[in-house]
Amino acid sequence: MIDIAISMVLLLFLIAMAVAILRLRDILAMAMMLGLYSLLMAGLFMVMDAPDVAFTEAAVGSGVSTVLLLVVLTLTKTRYEKDAVGFQGKPLIVVLLTGAALLYGVHDIALVGDIDAPAHQHVADRYIAEARNETGVPNMVTAVLASYRGFDTLGEVVVIFTAGVGVMLLLGSGTRRSRDKDV
Amino acid sequence: MKENIILCIVTKLLIPLIILFALYVQFHGDYSPGGGFQAGVIFSSALILYRLIFGLEAGNEVIPRPVLKLFASLGVLLYAGTGVAALFMDNTFLNYSVLADTPIHGQHMGIILVELGVGFTVSSTMLLIFDSFAGRPLTTKDANTGEQDD
Repeated sequence: MIDIAISMVLLLFLIAMAVAILRLRDILAMAMMLGLYSLLMAGLFMVMDAPDVAFTEAAVGSGVSTVLLLVVLTLTKTRYEKDAVGFQGKPLIVVLLTGAALLYGVHDIALVGDIDAPAHQHVADRYIAEARNETGVPNMVTAVLASYRGFDTLGEVVVIFTAGVGVMLLLGSGTRRSRDKDV
Repeated sequence: MKENIILCIVTKLLIPLIILFALYVQFHGDYSPGGGFQAGVIFSSALILYRLIFGLEAGNEVIPRPVLKLFASLGVLLYAGTGVAALFMDNTFLNYSVLADTPIHGQHMGIILVELGVGFTVSSTMLLIFDSFAGRPLTTKDANTGEQDD
């Protein structure tokens, strides 16, 4: 009961935060609000018993990505979003259609903790029954992530590495060549 | 920002705790929530905090960029290398059971090595991305001042 109440409060704050981000014109304040949004999401993940995801959301979402947004803001001169240009018909139709499609799609999402959900029918039973015996690792998430799904995780690490290489190729690798552009 | 003494002192107090927590999440990930991804991001956030307060130059003196690049690649190599080692020992890529005398020991060893690789790559790559953005020269800003002021 108490976790439903906490979820409700967190979700209400999330909606308030999203509306605030929509209404703000100051990009710096928007970046800070996005960080707060991520922190609330981390709390929500914690209520849903997913501390691993909550860690990542708190560190990446509200920590590193907020800092990256702030760094980018110091590089650009723009501080405020342009003012709204009045009523626009076509964007409204697109938004309404997308919203309707999303609401329609929500019907197919399984309920939280639903045993009959498709995701829990396939290999999950075996992981829960055998992970401790087969890997000797008490934390089932680690066992699945690093051992059963080791190939997927290798792919994720390569994706992160590739992202780093891509950013370095596009932006130059930091302070080394910072004076070259002046010439 | 060196003159801001409160920020400096609080940062110096916080950074060891953040790094200690990152190491705990990394090496206790088999028993409690966490693992290489989380530990890597927490570790890099400690060093990003250091860079924000004491500047990019001071941050680069703590861990030089070549070392970061080395560790970013070393992590992927460690992960894939663990898989290849298993491939040579039992013809199955990433099957850690054959790495040690018993399957359980092998699994444990493989998982620790692989998580270490993830931690190396994630923490170094986060810092490299931050440095790439933060190390950009501000000259583009001056060049565009005329057209963006309107």
